Amino acid sequence: MTRFRHFLPFALFALALVAGQFILRATGKEYCLTQLTMSLYYAIVVIGLCLVMGYAGQVSLGHGAFFAIGGYTSAVLTTYDFSRIKAAAWVGALKPAHVFVTKDDLPGHPIMTASPWTAFLAAMLVTLVIASLIGYPALRLKGHYLAMATLGFGLIVNKIVLGTALFGAADGINGVPEWRLGFGLTVSGRSALRVENYYIAGTLVLVLLVLLRNLIHSRVGRALQAIHDRETAAGAMGINTAAYKLRAFVLSALLAAMAGVFFTHYTAGIGPSEAGAFKSVRYVALAASGGMASLWGVTGMSTLLNYLSLRGMFGSYDNAVFGGILILIVSLAPEGPLKPMGLWIRKLGGTRSTASQIKRENGDTVERVPPMISG
Amino acid sequence: MALLEVKDVRRSFGGLVAVNQVSFNVTSGQIKAVIGPNGAGKTTLFNIISGLLKADTGRITFKERAITGFKPYQIARAGISRTFQNPSLFFQMSVLENVMVGRHSRSRWEFAGCCLRVPGQPKEERAIRAAALAQLDYVGLAQLAGLQAGALSFGQRRMVELARALATDPELLLLDEPASGLNTREKESLGALIRRIRDRGVTVLLVEHDMTIVMDLSDDILVLHDGTPIAEGSPAAIQNDQKVISIYLGGEIQETSSGGELSTKWTQNQ
Repeated sequence: MTRFRHFLPFALFALALVAGQFILRATGKEYCLTQLTMSLYYAIVVIGLCLVMGYAGQVSLGHGAFFAIGGYTSAVLTTYDFSRIKAAAWVGALKPAHVFVTKDDLPGHPIMTASPWTAFLAAMLVTLVIASLIGYPALRLKGHYLAMATLGFGLIVNKIVLGTALFGAADGINGVPEWRLGFGLTVSGRSALRVENYYIAGTLVLVLLVLLRNLIHSRVGRALQAIHDRETAAGAMGINTAAYKLRAFVLSALLAAMAGVFFTHYTAGIGPSEAGAFKSVRYVALAASGGMASLWGVTGMSTLLNYLSLRGMFGSYDNAVFGGILILIVSLAPEGPLKPMGLWIRKLGGTRSTASQIKRENGDTVERVPPMISG
Repeated sequence: MALLEVKDVRRSFGGLVAVNQVSFNVTSGQIKAVIGPNGAGKTTLFNIISGLLKADTGRITFKERAITGFKPYQIARAGISRTFQNPSLFFQMSVLENVMVGRHSRSRWEFAGCCLRVPGQPKEERAIRAAALAQLDYVGLAQLAGLQAGALSFGQRRMVELARALATDPELLLLDEPASGLNTREKESLGALIRRIRDRGVTVLLVEHDMTIVMDLSDDILVLHDGTPIAEGSPAAIQNDQKVISIYLGGEIQETSSGGELSTKWTQNQ
């Protein structure tokens, strides 16, 4: 029974993925799968944010930067011509590992670039190092200080990207090759591979959700929630709070970077706006709209809202809409709109929430007994 | 054998010396109480022992191993657990999950193992759950396991916090005012519970204002005043100690032969 209950949401998610594709095909709008695929990649960032903000309780306004670090590392390595080092002995030695690939560039010159898999691993490594370096001092900060530190980090990354020729400055990087994952799967924006890529993104999200759900329902997940609730008590229970906060932050940064890598190969490029502060704020707004500490809530809301945004539903007010969502949620429904909505629906259905029945007069008001001495 | 040795521990906050050259031992298997008026430095002392605060000077030894300067989680792993003056449960979690957090230092799977549910990890989870349930049962609250911790009454919170502390398998349990805010009946069952905890081999060090409980439970008592130990001994000896009585009742100090010097200091401070 419980096993079934745990399994059910994943089955529903898979079902929704398939249903989405069939509905779009039936209505002749299969081209919309492109935006849905992009939304699913963005959802990975928000899922990571859900872990670090919703569970571990650490605010990050720098996740756009990690997405960009992943995307840019991958984009640079798969487009930069490494021909100059072609003759080096170690390059030859690496040949069987397919670290580099040779091909022709647009005008027909032979070039040698890193393979997408190499670039992916490099992106993960770079993110691991940067996130650790940022997280180590930043996580000693609390509340809005941490938010400001991560925001500042995001702004720095944005400026570096904009000011560096290697990163294509304001133009970003184009012409990122497709990524042959193996098993006949290719991450690519070609319209012939639209459906395949939709399922690649959907499966990736599903797998990550399974992994994170496992994490949350484990001693590590409880430790993170304990840190969120009461850090001193968590420490007194034997939890290395500093190390756990850092690991959750790094893991969530890695998820953002992974999303950036897939996204970059899918859209064949990346631009500096991905590293912008607006993007980071948007991820926070999306996490908040899904209830912060609810993997399913944030996945659903984030995919939906990003999809609407990418379809141009919010017009030129895009960023304003996400800012507005954030304000509304923080002021009206800090736990996200889904939970109150669920309670409301349950109320309509006539079932009362058990929590209110249990909640009784608690003893907080009991008088302190004055010190006395006997004998 | 001394389980815990506190030697010349001092801690000041700005100009205020909260704990001043405090030394004492806690013997294995005993219930020891630290008493003293408000502001005597009892909680500061607890926070130093449990690693929440650093001592300016002094040494703390647990099981003949120096634990001075250890972080709270290292202290917990070494075998010292504590409760707080205001029960600090994790309100977002269920009662059972709260106690399961107590098993953290006695379980080992980390991020990767938990994500992938590697062989052995689910089994460990079940063991954590069973051990936590056993502790809840021990304090008599197993029937509340599924409730949200925030929904509990004050007295229940204390008991759950105690179960959580016990779940860490401590050799030494620090209880910071465990009886405050409890009604008479709850206090009685708390007293019985603390005795049972001692009888199962856990040494108890407690700070408490309720003298009935202190005198009833303790094998040994340390009296702090203005951060300084002024008396140490059995409940009977403490009850008849003139310095202690004068501090608690605020009366004039009668001249006694023992510790006259300290008594004089006390009058001067007034």
